[in-house]
Amino acid sequence: MTSRAMRQPVSLRLASNAFLAFWCLIAAFPIAWITVMSFKSPVDAFDSNPLNVIFGPATRNDGTGWSILDIVLGLAVIFFAIRLSARHVPALVESYSPRGWTVLGWIIAGLSVGLSFLVVFFGILPVVTDVINPLLGPLGRDVIGATTEHYRTVWIDRGFTQNFQNSLIVTAGVVTISLTVGTLAGYGLARSGSTLAFWILIVALIFRALPHSVLVAGYLPVFINSAEWLSPILGENAPTLYGKPAAVIAVLVAINQPFTIWMLRSFFANIPADLDEAARVDGCSHFKAFRLVIMPVMWPGVITTGLFSFLLAYNDFLVTSLLLDASNQTMVPAIAGMFNRETTTTDQVVAVAAAVSITAPLLLLVMVFQRQIVSGLTAGAVKG
Amino acid sequence: MNFKTFAVFVGPSIFLMLLFIAFPLFTVFSQSFYVTQPIYEQVEVENCTPGFLTQTCTTEIQTIPLIGDDGDIITQTEFVGLQSYRNVLEMERFWAAIEDWSWAGIQSIDFWKALRFTLMFTLVTLPLVVGVGLAIALVINNATKAIRGPVIFLSLLPFIITPVIGALSINWLFRGDGILTAGLEWWLERDLALFAQAWTIELMMMFYRVWHVAPFAAIIFYAGLQTVNQDSLESAVIDGASRWQRLRLIIIPHLMPLIVFVAMIHLMDTYRTFEEIVGFRSQGYVISLQWLTYDFLQPDEAGNRSISRASASAMLTMIGIAVLLVPLLRRTWRDHKGA
Repeated sequence: MTSRAMRQPVSLRLASNAFLAFWCLIAAFPIAWITVMSFKSPVDAFDSNPLNVIFGPATRNDGTGWSILDIVLGLAVIFFAIRLSARHVPALVESYSPRGWTVLGWIIAGLSVGLSFLVVFFGILPVVTDVINPLLGPLGRDVIGATTEHYRTVWIDRGFTQNFQNSLIVTAGVVTISLTVGTLAGYGLARSGSTLAFWILIVALIFRALPHSVLVAGYLPVFINSAEWLSPILGENAPTLYGKPAAVIAVLVAINQPFTIWMLRSFFANIPADLDEAARVDGCSHFKAFRLVIMPVMWPGVITTGLFSFLLAYNDFLVTSLLLDASNQTMVPAIAGMFNRETTTTDQVVAVAAAVSITAPLLLLVMVFQRQIVSGLTAGAVKG
Repeated sequence: MNFKTFAVFVGPSIFLMLLFIAFPLFTVFSQSFYVTQPIYEQVEVENCTPGFLTQTCTTEIQTIPLIGDDGDIITQTEFVGLQSYRNVLEMERFWAAIEDWSWAGIQSIDFWKALRFTLMFTLVTLPLVVGVGLAIALVINNATKAIRGPVIFLSLLPFIITPVIGALSINWLFRGDGILTAGLEWWLERDLALFAQAWTIELMMMFYRVWHVAPFAAIIFYAGLQTVNQDSLESAVIDGASRWQRLRLIIIPHLMPLIVFVAMIHLMDTYRTFEEIVGFRSQGYVISLQWLTYDFLQPDEAGNRSISRASASAMLTMIGIAVLLVPLLRRTWRDHKGA
């Protein structure tokens, strides 16, 4: 009876799907649009006619663009890259990485796939198309104006690689340390059940709500003068903590800790306590039980929490922009500085290209880890 | 698990939180009562310029900072009590503006301007986020299984994007003759200058915030929709309930705990709003409480940071957080006692 009674009238289904399509358009449009803009010359990028932005006549007149052949070949390379890596990489990682080091194997595999894609796409493909295009006549003529000049400006002339390195250091540090510390704490809190554990969680909840600027107001004077008050302990070479990535990592780890321990606690609470109790009966200490029994089954939760730690560190603007020197920033504050300072349209398109460069890794992240992100979002909420 | 093992497991995390969250909180509190300033001295300077017959000399009194033996400016820290709070709140101007019934007068004081925007922004976006999130969750749940994955992928994009970049990308669609401004001008057949007054900027910020947070709400509600009791839905159909009644009387009450959860997270996060101001470059028109503290912390032209005023404004921001937290803590306490 359900199927007929629950069936929806055509008008309702149409309205529902139309709204869904509308939402998808709104969700993706700003990001897609700035991606298109970043490949155009300033005249095209800020044109008021959308067709001019997409096809880029001014960019095409400058002599840079993609022919039909370029587009077809480019799409083919992307398609085969995804296809090949989805099919062969997991098996390769499984067979080549030593036991217990699969995570490292995945990191190496990911880096090498990314690197070889960059080499093929930006190194080999342009050379090949340059040779073939003139031979093809009309098919080889540029149809869409596009230029990668702005990306070159950002990454090579503006020294964005330095900012990228800083971002890499900060995010890698934050994710590793906050997961190590948080996993231990989350396990302890999930298994303790004492009143103390409850109060720790409550205080962590309060800490989570604090505005970050409040905390930074506390660090700044201490960090700037750190050489002075550290010198009795460390002597002559006491460091000034202001401007040091290590200090930023420590701060972000601490800011991230309340969220991390709440999330990991709920993951550990879902692993049956019988598991480690059985190990304890067999004579393991708490640490041995944790290492031998819990660690092999905790990875889904840890990976999900790691994703959110990554997002916090990668997306942070406030802490890094105040605690690092203006000349030695991570990517996000660097681009805001770029955008605030520059006024010509060329500079704005360069800033757009930088913004797209920052977004690209996040896009990849969602593609690979969509399921984990969704499960992480719902874990805290649905279980109360 | 005995206390010692518990302490070893939890210790590092507690240590980090005490050192980097509790301790700064304490220093901010104490900093807000002290002011560190360079010591100035007044010096009589005689300036002479060559003139005909005699030199022309003028003496004037200059105020210059004292320089210590090591070449640095000597500073002193003194207790000023609530002076920094007074500097931030500017109560005299506030009361004067109230007596004049002058809204513009209140809005010319940074703190009250920031408070007005932060509260309005939080309260206006809250129902929008819950409503839009619920609508998206319902239509995703209504779509065929095959397209749900890609749709969720697209929906996650606004949520996952770096907030500053997200705000910037919306900004670029509207700035100057941006594509959406051009579209609106064509549609309304009049010239628009969206970045020339506060309220249009605020509208764009609200649009950005809903765009950014609605996916989060949608995913949580979508997960909740999977656990709606099908039997009660069926019996409602048999009893002749319309679709609207089923939604209002069965589905929404089922989702109520999740709606409360999303609302609380949203209140906490929106109260801290900051990235919008950076992304839309709106500090000339619109500022938020957290941006106010950030601005005090930024070095000015002389390289000084007004730490004590930043601390005072930070402590004032905290009052709002405390008010927001009370219901959340009461709920957690009830759950703990019930469990």
